[in-house]
Amino acid sequence: MNELLDMLSDLHEDVDFESCDTLIDDGILDSFDIVTLITQIKDEFDVTIPADEIVPENFNSAEAIWNLIHRLDEE
Amino acid sequence: MIQTNILEYLEKTVKEVPDKTAYTDGKHGLTFAEVFHYSRAIGSYLSREGFYREPIVIYMKKSPEVVAAFYGTVYGRCFYVPFDEEMPEYRVSLILETLKPRLMICDAYTEKKLIKIGFSGRCLRFEDAVKTEIQDGKLAEIREASMDTDPIYIVFTSGSTGVPKGVAACHRSVLDYVENLSRVLGFNRETVFGNQSPLYFDACLKELYPTMMFGATTYLIPRSLFMFPVKLVEYLNENQINTVCWVVSAFTMISSMGTFDKVVPKYLHTVAFGSEVFPIKQFNLWRQALPGAQFTNLYGPTECTGMSCYYRVNREFGEDDMIPIGRPFKNTEILLLNDEDQPAEEGETGEICIRGTCVTLGYYRNPEKTKEVFVQNPLNDCYPELIYRTGDIGRYNEFGELVFVSRKDHQIKHMGHRIELGEIEVHVNQMAGIRMACCVYDKEREKIVLFYVGDAEGKDIIKELKEKLPRYMIPNLVEKIEEMPLTANGKINRMELKDRCANL
Repeated sequence: MNELLDMLSDLHEDVDFESCDTLIDDGILDSFDIVTLITQIKDEFDVTIPADEIVPENFNSAEAIWNLIHRLDEE
Repeated sequence: MIQTNILEYLEKTVKEVPDKTAYTDGKHGLTFAEVFHYSRAIGSYLSREGFYREPIVIYMKKSPEVVAAFYGTVYGRCFYVPFDEEMPEYRVSLILETLKPRLMICDAYTEKKLIKIGFSGRCLRFEDAVKTEIQDGKLAEIREASMDTDPIYIVFTSGSTGVPKGVAACHRSVLDYVENLSRVLGFNRETVFGNQSPLYFDACLKELYPTMMFGATTYLIPRSLFMFPVKLVEYLNENQINTVCWVVSAFTMISSMGTFDKVVPKYLHTVAFGSEVFPIKQFNLWRQALPGAQFTNLYGPTECTGMSCYYRVNREFGEDDMIPIGRPFKNTEILLLNDEDQPAEEGETGEICIRGTCVTLGYYRNPEKTKEVFVQNPLNDCYPELIYRTGDIGRYNEFGELVFVSRKDHQIKHMGHRIELGEIEVHVNQMAGIRMACCVYDKEREKIVLFYVGDAEGKDIIKELKEKLPRYMIPNLVEKIEEMPLTANGKINRMELKDRCANL
């Protein structure tokens, strides 16, 4: 989880990712961020996020992203 | 009679297809009759209240109404200045200093922001403006007096000195552009556009004006969809969108995520992209997914109205190839000038300079900057003739097609946005705790990297920048360094900084 939080902080140093659960709803993450995240998740966790998992629900909070990584890793 | 006003398109189309949807976000739309009515009401308001031949700021959230506000401004023989509703207040006030507008058309959301900025002119809500009684006689009088050299709009673009520059374009240039672009891309009444670009850039001319010219339809795609590829393609399919002119990053976002394994934009037959290099691997995924579609690369600066050159893809491209920018539109000429201001020899690189009706009026209230790049054609010493010097370096390839090579200065293209790195540096250098700052662009990873010397914290620099610059100009990486590397003659060594990016 810390690795993921570091990744997110690199994108937006001024956001508290541990508590924020409206990353998409409030427009904090933009398309550039999503593309960057997906690339980094592949590099760091060796997890490929398929296109149909790239939906708002899976990116609204650090926790949601973390759960997604875990779920895909187990599959 | 020769057409001299862009609104003649609307007046012809509204007679033919009044009830057809012109502009919509998918849920809410305006028909041509509604656009026609709203825009004449706004024109009547401007006339009644004495606004004439002056800038009117349109400060509204992206919606079909914005387009009606644009045309309404032109009905009043004023020129519209579209604002990004997310633009930081500081930048809004910078632009207002240049424009000195007396009127802004806003919505409920932006009205609150304006109160905070302390705008001294009049704020008019769109929904109030369109209630104005239409004065047909007055509008006809205004039209009778109007000329095709009247400006239609001003759009602001990044300026290296820290102050954005406003490019003003007239009817003649937009008519020329819309006619030639439509011919190249084959627009017609059946065209269904999926607009990606914000309405505060000239890029949206590609959809807005041909829609009114042909009686086509434009879907203003919600920006959030450009994060979610499958949802985006489903939106294209639900609305049977067949034509898109997008920035490259929007296309690669779809193809690089494996979206085509799940869903393909099956109605798309016309695909145009522009102003950035399309990575061939991604491009080929698009061609495989849409074997029947026509792909066109477009190139052109805001200063020449929109796009000036096109290349219709007609051969295969390998991963090391570059898609050319091709050839100029009809009625436009490209001069490729070498360091001596002479035409570049075959294979030699030169600065891409543009001549023709597409060359805009220049930078609004900025004669110094205008003089630097809107210059006398050096190949013509017989009569005054302005060309625009793009600062882009190009050459002709073995097929005689123009190819983009690089930039002369520190202007970059990042996620489809044109950015002067100098503008970011100006703001960083003004901050407390900064001794020296320099931005470079890491093309490989598409990141703006800020290097600085000083005691400031990277986090605080970003926070402060967000108050001054639009989001797309905020550095993606900030790196504190002990000393700025310098070249032999004491300038910041940007090459060295670029090399360091690889290790970050």
